[in-house]
Amino acid sequence: MSSIPMIEQTVSKGAARAAARRGPGARGPRAGRGSARRPGFLTYGFLGAVLLASLFPLYWSFLVGSHDSTVLSRGIPLLPGGNFLVNAAKVFDSIPFWKAMGNSLIVSCVTAASVVVFSTLAVFAFAKLRFRGSKGLLVFVIATMAVPTQLGVVPLFIVMSKLGWTGSLWAVIIPGVVTAFGVFWMTQYLRDALPDELIEAVRMDGASMIQAFWYIGFPAARPAAAMLALFTFVATWTNFFWPFIVLDPSNPTLPVALQLLQAAHFVDYSVVLAGAVLATVPLLLLFIAAGRQLVSGIMQGAVKG
Amino acid sequence: MAVTDRVKPRSPRRQSLPPEGTKGVRRLAFSQQVSKWDVKVSPYLYISPFFILFAITGLFPLVYTAWVSLHNWNLIGGQGKFTGLENYAFVVAQPYFWNAVGNTFSIFILSSVPQVVIALVIAAVLDANLRARTFWRMGVLVPFVVAPVAVGLIFNNLFADQFGLINGVLTAAGLDPVRWHSESVASHLAIATMVNFRWTGYNALIFLAAMQAILRDVFEAATIDGAGRLRQFFSVTVPMLRPTVIFVVITSTIGGLQIFDEPRVFDQSGLGGADRQWQTLTMYIWELGWGQRNFGRASAVAWLLFLIIVLIALFNFLIAKRIASQGGRK
Repeated sequence: MSSIPMIEQTVSKGAARAAARRGPGARGPRAGRGSARRPGFLTYGFLGAVLLASLFPLYWSFLVGSHDSTVLSRGIPLLPGGNFLVNAAKVFDSIPFWKAMGNSLIVSCVTAASVVVFSTLAVFAFAKLRFRGSKGLLVFVIATMAVPTQLGVVPLFIVMSKLGWTGSLWAVIIPGVVTAFGVFWMTQYLRDALPDELIEAVRMDGASMIQAFWYIGFPAARPAAAMLALFTFVATWTNFFWPFIVLDPSNPTLPVALQLLQAAHFVDYSVVLAGAVLATVPLLLLFIAAGRQLVSGIMQGAVKG
Repeated sequence: MAVTDRVKPRSPRRQSLPPEGTKGVRRLAFSQQVSKWDVKVSPYLYISPFFILFAITGLFPLVYTAWVSLHNWNLIGGQGKFTGLENYAFVVAQPYFWNAVGNTFSIFILSSVPQVVIALVIAAVLDANLRARTFWRMGVLVPFVVAPVAVGLIFNNLFADQFGLINGVLTAAGLDPVRWHSESVASHLAIATMVNFRWTGYNALIFLAAMQAILRDVFEAATIDGAGRLRQFFSVTVPMLRPTVIFVVITSTIGGLQIFDEPRVFDQSGLGGADRQWQTLTMYIWELGWGQRNFGRASAVAWLLFLIIVLIALFNFLIAKRIASQGGRK
């Protein structure tokens, strides 16, 4: 019996210590499991191995990409060679790399912006306004997330070619302008983030609905909107199947262009992997800048979803 | 001024005390009317841009696929005559279709099962009281920003039959090199590795979030009961994560059964190997539609894929429910 308060005491002491270590930025009821005992060498060793596995394929890509094409037949290289720029030049020669990069940037930015705008507007209504059919419509939208994108690929292609858009960026942008995921994600967030009383209060003060949205709803949704933009950007940038079908090899997005490097009969893997590195660098930079947000976005979405 | 404005009843009172004269009353009635309409119409106004676009880009294609699948339909010639279920009958009679079904399931099982297990373990380790927590969390997420095509190209090289790193390691260890690009199970393993590379860390973070949402008291109680860390993981953490596990399994089912990018670039031809050892259903849709230019048949396969996904999702759900009720009985 007497042991229980003792354990509680040690636990809470440890938790306080852990909270202090976590610093003011941390939130949530607990950081570590039960005890605040610092994990040992094994834990860090395991995580180090996971990190190595996460980074190794990229390092390998750079390794091979910085040697000439015969490197692998001479054995496994351990250190990067000095050939990366030569291989990069070959990449730029054989595929429209910069054009693809520009296209990817345009498509990803436009898609992210439009998903955020249309989702925020719709979600303000779904999360905060009462109207007939709101629940049914929301469930319906979320249910469509289970529908594979492939199901619509043939008709989308038919429509795009009837409009004469195949080969143009519009064909990639238009099917992505709204997503069910966007609505799902923002609804979860806005429901908690924006108290109903606040909207009632500004309405009482004579604000119209659109003013309530603009001055109250939109600012409240901003953190979730930023994360949605980040996710949509990454997803659009890495998307391959639909751009591959609808775009010309002369006007590709990055993944489509990258794939062209390997389509030749003779494959120079040093060039292919140099291309893979070049295509990954922009998103890695984005990740270094916003990786923390991406992590917390995934974790937030998981708890609520 | 600003403070009193926040008091709710004030504004209506101000409205209900109009200046004298009928003109003021009418203006009030009008503004109330506008406000009423505002409340009624605004929600529909705000959701309509989304729904109009969603109907055009998302819903219409789904229905139209069904229509196309019931017709003779050529990439160049367009709509032909109505053929009923002929496309379905044709496709189901194709050995390539069943080959693709088998490959898709094989790759899916090889990727999703280890992925969920490893992600759980990584999450449990990340849940410890770590130094530099954000660094480790970001570290496991790096593969997520590498495009699947890039992942495919890199692993295609790592798994190369000749001069590949993995075969190099195998031969150095005194084992026989594996023919990753010709044996069917070996190629599925290689492709599943690519999928696992990209998604394990992502799923680990989802599990981690769910773990952190478990109340501390539960673990305290388990500690008091004398449960060690391992026992706590299996008897407390995993059962309490069940909804999250179901969520991850269902989303990875939806994604896994659609796999295209990684197997597409696993060789140059893009048909899934010389004997279609790793041709998946989506690759088969692509071959029928854009290789053979038969949109009717491609649509039929697309609908069959959809049915398979729905069936698997239902199956997952039922199993999960059953496990949940059994756990409850204990």
